[in-house]
Amino acid sequence: MITCHEAAERLWEYLDGTVDEDDRVLIDEHLARCRRCCGERDFAVELRQFLSRSASTAIPADVFRRLHRTLEELS
Amino acid sequence: MERTRTDQRDDFRELASAQLPRLYSIARRLVGNDAEDAVQDCLLKAFKRYDQLRAADCGPAWLTSILVNSCRDHVRADARRPREVDFDEAERFSLYRKIAYEDPFPYSDSLHLDFLAEFGPEDVHAVLLRLPPLYRIPLVLVYMEGFLAKEVARLLDVPLGTVLARLHRGRKLFEKQLWEYAEETGLLTKDAR
Repeated sequence: MITCHEAAERLWEYLDGTVDEDDRVLIDEHLARCRRCCGERDFAVELRQFLSRSASTAIPADVFRRLHRTLEELS
Repeated sequence: MERTRTDQRDDFRELASAQLPRLYSIARRLVGNDAEDAVQDCLLKAFKRYDQLRAADCGPAWLTSILVNSCRDHVRADARRPREVDFDEAERFSLYRKIAYEDPFPYSDSLHLDFLAEFGPEDVHAVLLRLPPLYRIPLVLVYMEGFLAKEVARLLDVPLGTVLARLHRGRKLFEKQLWEYAEETGLLTKDAR
């Protein structure tokens, strides 16, 4: 048995698949009986998607032009 | 048939040109306003080593590894002057519990999602730049760019355990900085909604 704190501390690693098998089983068991930690897990999933959604930055046209010029000048 | 120097240069230009938007996007997350300089460094280093690229389809990943190292060079000076970071406090911090406790949107049925919805891409970018580079770089590469932790370990030339520890700490710092940024910039005030 693990505490809510112990489960919550390892939720991202659990979602990443980087906890070992024993820990995964303990967290699974904890989540099966703890509604609050399920809320934490769902929020961790959202937060990961939130980061992933924020990933792309468009390259400004002037920056693209300057970097392209660097490529043109390579010899 | 052997490729001439001119052929190689044209091949490199074609590869690098197609990758410019992606390289710039990654560099913006890693080094903020130094992104253009970091990409420029990356292009010059990559061109010098282009003959080391074994297969064309490895080109994007190869360029990314050079870019990450260029970005590390750009943040090294910053890393030598670490900002004050209270790791003990960050370790105890849970954004989920903080939002539930502070209840910034009392009439919301989806409090936690509404909190995240207040952040635009530039806000996320600003929050990331508050993190020390040591933690920001693995966080961006894994959760924004889709690298596996073991790939990041190879890119940064550190053991996997080190990457996992930095990811753990980086996530904690990111959660805490999200809350502090939201408070400081008024994202949670009624007028800002």
